[in-house]
Order: sequence, then C-alpha cells, then structure tokens
Amino acid sequence: MTKVTMTINGKEVSGDVEGRTLLSSFLREDLRMTGTHIGCDTSQCGACTVHVNGKAVKSCTMFAAEAEGAQVSTIEGQANADGSLNVIQQAFQDHHGLQCGFCTPGMVMTTAALLKINPKPSEQEVREHLEGNICRCTGYHNIVKAILAASGQDVSTIAAE
Amino acid sequence: MPKDGGIGAATTRREDVRFLTGTGKYTDDIQTHAECAAVFARSTVAHGIIKSIDTSAAADMPGVLAIFTGEDFVEVGGNPAGWLINSRDGEPMKEPKRPVLAHGKVRHVGDAYAAVIAETVQQARDAAEMIEADIEELPAITNMKDALAGDNFVHDEIGTNQCFDWGWIEDNRAATDEAIKNAHHVTTLELVNNRLVPNAMEPRSSIGSYHPGTGDYTLHTTSQNPHLTRLLISAFVMGIPENKLTVIAPDVGGGFGSKIYHYGEEALVLAAAKKLGRTVKWTADRSEAFLTDAHGRDHLTKIELALDKDGNFLAFRTETHANVGAYLSNFATATPTFLHGTLMAGNYTVPLVYVNVKAVFTNTAPVDAYRGAGRPEATYSLERVIDMAAREIGRDPTDLRRQNFIKPDQYPYASAAGLEYDSGNYDALMDKMEEVSDKAGFAARRAESEAKGMLRGFGVNAYIEACGIAPSNLVGILGSRVGLYDAATVRVNATGNLSVMVGAHSHGQGHETVFPQVVAEMLGIDPQSIDIVHGDTSKIPFGMGTYGSRSLAVCGSAVVRATEKIINKAKKIAAHMLEAAEADIDFTDGEFSVAGTDKKVSFGEVALKAYIPHNFPLEDIEPGLEETAFYDPANFTYPSGAYCCEVEIDPETGKVRVDRMTAVDDFGNVINPMVVTGQVHGGLGQGIGQALLENTTYDENGQLLSASYMDYAMPRADDVPYYIVDHSQGNACTHNPLGVKGCGEAGAIGSPPTVVNAVIDAIQSGGINVTHIDMPVSPHRVWAAMNNAK
Repeated sequence: MTKVTMTINGKEVSGDVEGRTLLSSFLREDLRMTGTHIGCDTSQCGACTVHVNGKAVKSCTMFAAEAEGAQVSTIEGQANADGSLNVIQQAFQDHHGLQCGFCTPGMVMTTAALLKINPKPSEQEVREHLEGNICRCTGYHNIVKAILAASGQDVSTIAAE
Repeated sequence: MPKDGGIGAATTRREDVRFLTGTGKYTDDIQTHAECAAVFARSTVAHGIIKSIDTSAAADMPGVLAIFTGEDFVEVGGNPAGWLINSRDGEPMKEPKRPVLAHGKVRHVGDAYAAVIAETVQQARDAAEMIEADIEELPAITNMKDALAGDNFVHDEIGTNQCFDWGWIEDNRAATDEAIKNAHHVTTLELVNNRLVPNAMEPRSSIGSYHPGTGDYTLHTTSQNPHLTRLLISAFVMGIPENKLTVIAPDVGGGFGSKIYHYGEEALVLAAAKKLGRTVKWTADRSEAFLTDAHGRDHLTKIELALDKDGNFLAFRTETHANVGAYLSNFATATPTFLHGTLMAGNYTVPLVYVNVKAVFTNTAPVDAYRGAGRPEATYSLERVIDMAAREIGRDPTDLRRQNFIKPDQYPYASAAGLEYDSGNYDALMDKMEEVSDKAGFAARRAESEAKGMLRGFGVNAYIEACGIAPSNLVGILGSRVGLYDAATVRVNATGNLSVMVGAHSHGQGHETVFPQVVAEMLGIDPQSIDIVHGDTSKIPFGMGTYGSRSLAVCGSAVVRATEKIINKAKKIAAHMLEAAEADIDFTDGEFSVAGTDKKVSFGEVALKAYIPHNFPLEDIEPGLEETAFYDPANFTYPSGAYCCEVEIDPETGKVRVDRMTAVDDFGNVINPMVVTGQVHGGLGQGIGQALLENTTYDENGQLLSASYMDYAMPRADDVPYYIVDHSQGNACTHNPLGVKGCGEAGAIGSPPTVVNAVIDAIQSGGINVTHIDMPVSPHRVWAAMNNAK
C-alpha cells in the first residue's frame, strides 16, 4: 500500500492504495465519490473523465498514485458555490442533453475542458472533441446543442425542441 | 389548468439535476460497510463439456469467502422463457433449462461456471483466475443453417438446434404461395439483420443482501422491470416467497431491452448473501457486458413481394432464421414471432402475408429484444424489398408506397398479418416529411455533391409498429405467460402534495417529469408538488416495467385511472365540506365548487380534510385519499412514421456519411415534446449505428471478435448529423385515455432501411448497378460492392 495525497475539488484528501489502484477506483471506492462513472474497460467511453491539473483525463487510464500532489476536479465540484447548476450543467438541462445520465458526468467534464481551450467551438469541433465520450441515449444531437449553447452561441436555429 | 407544465409543455427534466451534479445513485454507487464482491469465472470456449472444476487453489487465496459452481444450483429452478411458441405442426417450442451457473456443459464464450465471493473485487478477481476448470472443447455451432443440418447440439437433451418452426398466418400459406406464383412481378431479396449489442452505458450490476432475523432478501439491480425480476426469481429460479424479496432498481443507466431480463448473476448474489450473511455486489465490466448481455436482431431473411401490373402489392412472403443464442432469454421467443411476424403487412393494404420463422440455438450469447424488438427486423425487410421492387419496375419509391398505403378512412384496419390498426394517416406523414426535409432541394444538393466527386442518395421509408405492450387477452392467446397491464397508486398527502407510485421504470425516459405533467393537468395543481416513485417493489403496487414503448400508453393510463378515482373521492369529500350534493360539485382548475353558487374549496383543503376527518360521514366516506388502478390496454398502439435520409458516399473509399436525417412520426398525443424529440434522436442514433457501424461478430470457433469498444463500432458524435424531427401529424390513439402511442423505439425502427435505401440510391446514381448491401454498410462493403458491379 502506498499513501497518496491530492486535492480534489479544492479539498485535500489522502488514502492508502495498492499500486494497481486506478484513479477512477480511488475516487469511487475509497473516497465514495460515485459521480465519476465506469462505462468500459478500454478507456473508450469517457464516462470517467475528470480534470487532473486542469486537463481532461480518463480517470481509468491513470493510477491513483500517479495523481500524487495533483489538483483533481470531478463532477461533484462543478456546480456553482450556491449549489446551482453551472453554465454547462444548466445548458445540458435546458437542451435535454442527457437521458439516463450515466455518460453525463464525463460529458460535462469534457465540455468544460473544451470550452477552456476553445470558447466558441463550431459544431464540427464539438463533435470531434466528443470522440472519446460515448452516449447511447441521445444520438448526440442535444449534447452538441447544449455545448454550443453553453459557449454562448445561438442555437435557436438548430432543429427541434 | 396547472400553474405551468401540464400536458403538452416542453418542461425540462427534474431528474437532470442529480445526474448533472454526480449525485445520481446507480446500483454500483451503492456501498455498504458489510459489502463483499462477486466475480464470475466464465468460459473461454464456446462449447464444451465440464469435466471437472477444481476450486481448491482459489479457495486458499486471500480474502476469499465462498466459491459457487453449477453443482450448488442443481436443485433450484431455471430461468424461464416468457412466451410459449408452437411450431407449425402444433409442437410446443423446445425449452432447454437455463441454470444460474453452467452445469454439465458450457454453451457460449462468457457462460459462467463458477463465482468467487471475496472481501474485495480485486481479491475475487485474483481468485477466480486460480479456478482450474477442465473443459473438453466441442465444435462450436455459430452458423444457423449449419446448426439445423448437423448432429452437434447446443442442448443434447433436446436433440435439435431448432427451437421452433413458426408460421404466421398458417392459414394464409397456400394462398400466399399461389399469389406469388401467379403474380405479374415478384421481387426477391435475401438480407441480414445484423446482430447488435444494446450497450447501455451502465454495465449490469446486482447487490444481494439477506436479513437472517426476518428471512428477508433485498436485490438492488440494473433492471427495467423490478417486479418481473422479483416474479421470476420467486416463482421460477429460487423459490423465495415474493413477500420475502424486495427488488430495487435505482437509477439505471440505460437499458434498450438488455435490462428487461432476469440474469443468473442476480440469483447468485442473493444465494451468496444468504450463505454468508453479507451484502454481495457484482458489477460487470464492459467485456462481460458484451459476452453476456442479451444481444439483439440477428435474423437471416428471404423476403418476396408480389405485385400486379399496376404496382399493387399482392403478397409478402418471408422465411427467417432467427438466432436465439445458447439459452432462451425471457422474451427471446416473442421477438422474432409476435413482435415481428404480426408487423409484416406494414402500412399497406396488401391482402396476403405469410411469415415463417425458424428459431435456432447456437453457441453464442442469448439474443432477445433490443430497442424495437422485431419491428425493426420487419420494417427493414419490408422497406428494403419495396424499394428494390420500385427500382425493378421503374417506379418512384415514394409513389409506390403511397399507392399501397392504408388510407385514413379505412380505420380501424384489419391488417393481413392479424393486427387491427386503430388510426393513422401515412400520406400526411409523407407530405410532412417531404416538406421538413426539403426534398425539393435534393436535386441541387446532389449536384453539389457530384461537383465534389461524391455520390448523393435519397432514401425513404414508411413504418408502422405495435407498442404499448400489450393487451393481456391478446398476448395470452399468442403465447405470453404473463399479463402486460401496468399499475399506479396516487397518494395525496395531507398537506396536498402527491406521491405517485408507478410500475414503469425510468432509465432515461423522463418519467419523473412527464408523469407529473399528466396528474397536474388532471388535478389543476403545480406539477412540482407531485413526485414519482418507481423501481422499488416494496413501495409500488405492481408493474410490468418499461419496454416496448409502453410506459406512458399503459402505465400512464393506469395513472390516469387512479387520478380519476382520486377526483371522484375528493368530490365526495368536497360535497361534505360544502354541504352540497355530490352531483352538484364541479371540479375545475384545482377547485371544487357548487354549481350555481360561489361556494368552493381548493384541492389542498380537500386533501387536508381527508386526513383530518372530523365530522366525516364515515358510513359514506373513508378517511384518506389514495387510489390504485391497474390498466390493461384494449389493443396495441400503432405509431407510424415517414423517414428520409440523404447520404453522401465517397466513391474512392466507400465511406458513407449521413448528411440529413428526417423523422416524421405519428405518436398520437404528445405530453412533453422535448422528451419525445429526445427519444427519437436516441433511436435515430442507434439506427444509424446499426446501418453503418455496428456488428457483432463471432468467428467459427464461437469467439466474440467484437467484445470491446475497440472492436465494436459505437456511433460517436461525429458519425451522426443533426436530426430533423417532427411529430405534428399525430392521430390520437383511440383506445387509451391519453391518446398516446409510444415513441421510445420509433427512431431505431425507421432509420436503418432509410439509410440503406439512400446508399443504394446514391450508388445507382453513379450508374453502378448495386441492388443491396447488408448492414453495417461499412466503407469496405460499399467499396467492394461498387467495384464488383463495375
């Protein structure tokens, strides 16, 4: 067992982990932060996306020990300080960008990373940026729309309610 | 009227808040202090005899608490099939036993033969690898036609790989044969409806617990229908009395059919919980999901369409081989028969239909209902052969369909495949589709594509489906072993807010938002004062769950019936409060008033009075305000639609891009258009996935080659376009109180043939005579077909 210490959503946490413990497992099982989801075992689905030192990372692709000293952000830390939904979360609700909700934490975290580097992405840039996040429910239409809306772009001309 | 957000409002979903903030509670998110973990040892060969299983080394591994093998479940029952199908000769279908853990033989890669329970999942996994199973490998049966010819059987005790040989409608067989023999023109098409994996993003998970003091079991599980799971475990698999078993399906991360069924892992965690007195959790990884979730589709079909010289349809005849995999999953026998054969008249006035389905056991994962369940297979066969016929006889595909459509004045319409359609207007759907898709602009878009060296095609499709599953009387005649009603309890609390317990289960469909819209509309109150309770057998009266686009049409109707009972009782209470005759009480906008006076009480005041029954006439009115209704539909509902799509093909690579996809659907009345549109979007995404990307491939040894997201091509955001969706042409269902038809599966039913029809149109526009390509229409297949035809 190795002791790891990191800052998650602004709060320092530590725990004893096996060398093989993935960051995703550390979050879910040791810290019981179950907002980060596991949807596959090949780092394809993106449901486990978190931010490590400001960059989007699939938390199943790194060991907990590799996050020693890191700043980690997860879905649990995304809402505004007063508990209300942040701009991205609100856009997903407003535009029905989620159904079963399982991929949603990863989608929100991936979107946050995208808008940081590309504040006004085009539709095609959004679609390409979502390559690593699979959603089975929405057919992506409303996810793309929500992300464009979260970036402040007019989505009123995009088809459907 | 409700203050806001009643029937017809595009209300945003209240359930979203917990999903967006990471506070949803899916099965694997539930953690208890006494929890231990189950991991399964699964067969790596497709077919083999279990000679011995040595668990001694595994038992000595750190943290191991117990190991189970098939021997431990020999005495318990098997997981049954829910529908009894009889073959054409009257013989009942073959029903091999489906044990909790494989015993005697393993029958597909992933078939579990042992389970390890350990303190942690890592310890259980390490120990499972130490189990020594001596399995004598047998030749794998993977090809359906070979399976019927050989003497190598998946289940030796039944002595055949044919589950049944079903004819529908058998009395039409001779007349159909005769019509085809004598027809002016017959179009014949052999096609594959490719095998798919549903791939709900949340893998299956189950947690069993047992209370030794009371003998009560609790199962948390990823289920679309917790009551059905309880019934199957209680009555068939384990014999736990229903009153001693609570099944809870908390937040569930998608289902698409795969979580309808009871699986052996659910029984295992309950048995282990009892043995150990511990809470036992199992969660599938994605590879296990690919290997063991019920798959979908997998039909081989030959379809013939007979036409007269004017293009009138005379008969459809099909022969289908339907793969049911190694064991019968709960709905596996209904999907290729009564959810498929009964739809083989489509939207058309064709007088004769004959369907033959041979269901075949193979050494592959069980196959069962996946989004659409039989109707996508029927629609694909029909709409492909109609398109091909139009091209063969030189007719416009849309015009040929329109000529043969059932007309609006013909309802109720008895189809040649045995269903009575209640309502529809297929020409109006086509008109709307042509308008919103800008069909008129297609020629210009094709010219633009051609200028870039690309081929552009336009594909069209009309579909009808049967959902709102289903009238118990009818499905009983058709072989169902269950009734398919649903139930709801409306509880008005003393302070005027409501808890509505529903048998339907929401795993993405938005019930927590939509059902309150219905109740709020009826009671004239704020929908935010109404909460839905679902997914817990200890809290809700009963329910048959969510599948077959049934939740609103069936369970929603139960909610309406229960709410009507609430209004009736509340009127009695109001009459007492207002000292008036019950017959004189009006109920409007949430207020009870005495006709012709200004005397009135609000709904909230009546609710409070129901629980503080001072001066109640107890001989006439019981205290309390809570009502339950069971609703059994009179008929299926019949959503229909007209879809079109435009694809662009790069002739150099064969790559197909769906550029425009339009879905115009008749869902009857719509409660929440935002949610309905979202359901269609999701279906379209899955349908485009089937048409272009997804394929489940077993090699000749029965190894699943497509068992991860590296190998199975899930649609991603840049594989699909924005969709054009319209449901303005609804014709209300005539036989349920909401007039709703169901929207959950339409997109997945209507889109695959639309895409393939467009691909063929594009290729033929280049002067290349390709008449059919099987799904998925991959770049390789398109490129090869085009080059072979040159």
